[in-house]
Amino acid sequence: MTTKKEHHEKFKQVSIILAKGSLEDVYASLVLSNGACMEGIRANLFVTFFGLDAITEKRMDNLHTGIVGNPAMRLPGGIPFPTIVGVIPGMEAVASSMMKAEMDKLDIPPVREFLEMITASGIGTVYACKLACEMFKLEKKDLWEGVHSILTVGEFYEIAAGGPIIFT
Amino acid sequence: MSQKKIGGHSIDVDANGYMTDMSQWNKEVAAGLAKEAGIDKLTDKHWAVIDYIQKSVKGGEALTIRKLGKSGIVDTKEFYELFPEGPLKKATLISGVPKPAGCI
Repeated sequence: MTTKKEHHEKFKQVSIILAKGSLEDVYASLVLSNGACMEGIRANLFVTFFGLDAITEKRMDNLHTGIVGNPAMRLPGGIPFPTIVGVIPGMEAVASSMMKAEMDKLDIPPVREFLEMITASGIGTVYACKLACEMFKLEKKDLWEGVHSILTVGEFYEIAAGGPIIFT
Repeated sequence: MSQKKIGGHSIDVDANGYMTDMSQWNKEVAAGLAKEAGIDKLTDKHWAVIDYIQKSVKGGEALTIRKLGKSGIVDTKEFYELFPEGPLKKATLISGVPKPAGCI
């Protein structure tokens, strides 16, 4: 039987899949990836489908939070934010910039800087999914320069090497 | 809380090995703690980071990797190289300050 410590040593890496492109989904993956690096755990961030917005040069600085059909969405002070309000033009941009302002107060970096922190650690690596890149007609040159490579799902599993995989 | 001997001095530490009384900290203690954490020699850069951390904590600031990377002393990459495998955890432990409670 392996102890918890032995298990941890063996899998001193974690593979995180980011498949969605809204601000909160992207940040969940970034916090997990950066947190792993901070603990000395190697992080492989595999970005696919709409998550690709977070590593697409043209889009990564303008991610939004979804405000329609989200029952947990509230205004500051706990005021409800019904879907009918969310469909008003410009609302999404307002909600997104409010959320970004709150994040900034907590010293949470913007997406680009967060990705830079992860790769600067030397133990965090960002990969893009080949199939999704083909679907969205994206090539390596369209992606953020820090993206290591575009992988097939098989190559991703090779890198994950039997270690834990988190799908956010 | 328990006591431990390090670098010829006796220090009080919490369950995670972090010093609970900063006044017991000195350079010999730091060198001893660094050795235990796998860092054989503390360079001038290490000491500059330690000094920055101690001043920040005394000033009541919450430490993050981001803040260290913008400190002007090290960038994020250098910070990870100086204190491998958990830079903020290790650097604070060696600096004799409490373990940082943040997520960034």
